[in-house]
Amino acid sequence: MEKRVVLKNCGVIDPKDIASYLKVDGFKALKKALKLPATQVIEEVKVSGLRGRGGAGFPCGLKWELAGKAKGDEKYVICNADEGEVGTFKDRYILENDPFSLVEGIAIAGYAIGAKKAYIYLRAEYHFLLDLVKNAIAQSKKKGFLDHLDIEVREGAGAYVCGEESALMDSIEGKRGEVRYRPPFPPTSGLWGKPTIINNVETLTNIPRIILNGAEWFGKMGTEKSKGTKVFSVSGDVAKPGVYELVLGSPLRELVEDLAKAERVKAVQIGGATGRIMPYALLDTPLSFESVLGAGAITVFDESRDIIDIVGKTMKFLAEESCGKCAPCREGTEVMAETMDRLARGEGVEKDIKVLEELSETMMLCSLCGLGQAAPIPVVDSLEHFRGEYENRIQQS
Amino acid sequence: MNKTGRTGERGKLLVLLETAQAKSAHISTETITELAESLDLSIGEVYGVASFYSFLYTKPQGRNVIRICKSLPCLLKSAQTIIDNVRKEIGIQPGETTPDGRFSFELTNCIGACDKAPAMMVNSDVHGNLTPKKIAKILKAYK
Repeated sequence: MEKRVVLKNCGVIDPKDIASYLKVDGFKALKKALKLPATQVIEEVKVSGLRGRGGAGFPCGLKWELAGKAKGDEKYVICNADEGEVGTFKDRYILENDPFSLVEGIAIAGYAIGAKKAYIYLRAEYHFLLDLVKNAIAQSKKKGFLDHLDIEVREGAGAYVCGEESALMDSIEGKRGEVRYRPPFPPTSGLWGKPTIINNVETLTNIPRIILNGAEWFGKMGTEKSKGTKVFSVSGDVAKPGVYELVLGSPLRELVEDLAKAERVKAVQIGGATGRIMPYALLDTPLSFESVLGAGAITVFDESRDIIDIVGKTMKFLAEESCGKCAPCREGTEVMAETMDRLARGEGVEKDIKVLEELSETMMLCSLCGLGQAAPIPVVDSLEHFRGEYENRIQQS
Repeated sequence: MNKTGRTGERGKLLVLLETAQAKSAHISTETITELAESLDLSIGEVYGVASFYSFLYTKPQGRNVIRICKSLPCLLKSAQTIIDNVRKEIGIQPGETTPDGRFSFELTNCIGACDKAPAMMVNSDVHGNLTPKKIAKILKAYK
């Protein structure tokens, strides 16, 4: 069953008009937060158990606490609105329908860590949302909700890797969006070397709900390590593609079959290009950080689909979007794309499987950022669940 | 020579490149040289940024840029048919510009419109649930 917490205002308010947002308790959470000591706001987020909704699942309160405690009076909040993951469009949906909740979440974050400046990094593909987002900021400012914080929208220019937080910061600094070596981590040394928190659109949209209703209320939803709800983007072989919000821990089957109306499911990819591939037999898997989640992109493949072809196209995408800074990812994704393409053309050889497995291990261990570390997942998963398809293809070659 | 540029100004480079492109549909060699001089950066550094991003062009583009999504969710919904159709409609291949300069055509990665797959962008406009029939009508609006 759907449970609208993050999306509660979507389709209810007029995203162009702050008056309609104020009618549904808009900015009440900010007012409440501003009356509390900043440390208590952070404590509330920490106790809630909210984890990052952009894919990595890092505890949000902990990030805030580190940045709050970091020395220096120049700190930054960055909202990552660069959802480039294949099959993801839930942040677009939030921005389109309820930009005010996001602005309120950013305003609370800024107060909590002591930042005076915030950036929303909007992907180039979402240029059509620029005016709407800017309007939400301007109206909030006019009403006096942003006296403590300046929010600026920065536009990306088409690079998947810029959704990765360190590449994103380099992009805001006007550089090529290449990832950074870590440590140091952003809460101590982020944008221009200053303490910075980077949160996903959905994560920040959760904040007003948590502050207004309390950490305890939030903690009642979900599983032990995955509190709250998750917004999913479902596409592919389904009758009803779209955005759905479920309590964390709900079974994958509910989302795919009951809500999105998929039939004859062969496999589901969860988390986009670098996401896990689950065969139909595992459709009862709960959607949570403990099992599988990512940023909530769900791509469904029915029985007519060829796994080798799917994984091949995914690897080709990753090879194109690798930033090229580290060799394991730059070269590894190329070799994987080339190998998968050869397998698909029926020119595979016996040792290809072994090479893919060895390469996967190297990339996962040695890549600089999440892109390269997670890139082999579709290969590893498909080899585990659909190994027969690989072997048959090679035998027919 | 390792130029780091003027503090504060450096952070504007991507914005300045985006602005330059919005004006003249691509970033010319002259613009790159000028920006390098004004920000005290090397030409290589500026070109490096300009050529990193797929929505920035260092070569002239058509008045309208068509980007068809070629990521999996769109491919599953017959994006290839749409690609073939656009190719036929405007008579050029991905990566090319029509001789009259009206359209540039390219394939792009996920544009976040998978719920309306197959989808494409023309300039900043997103068009979804495409069918071969719709293509001609959509393109007609772009002069």
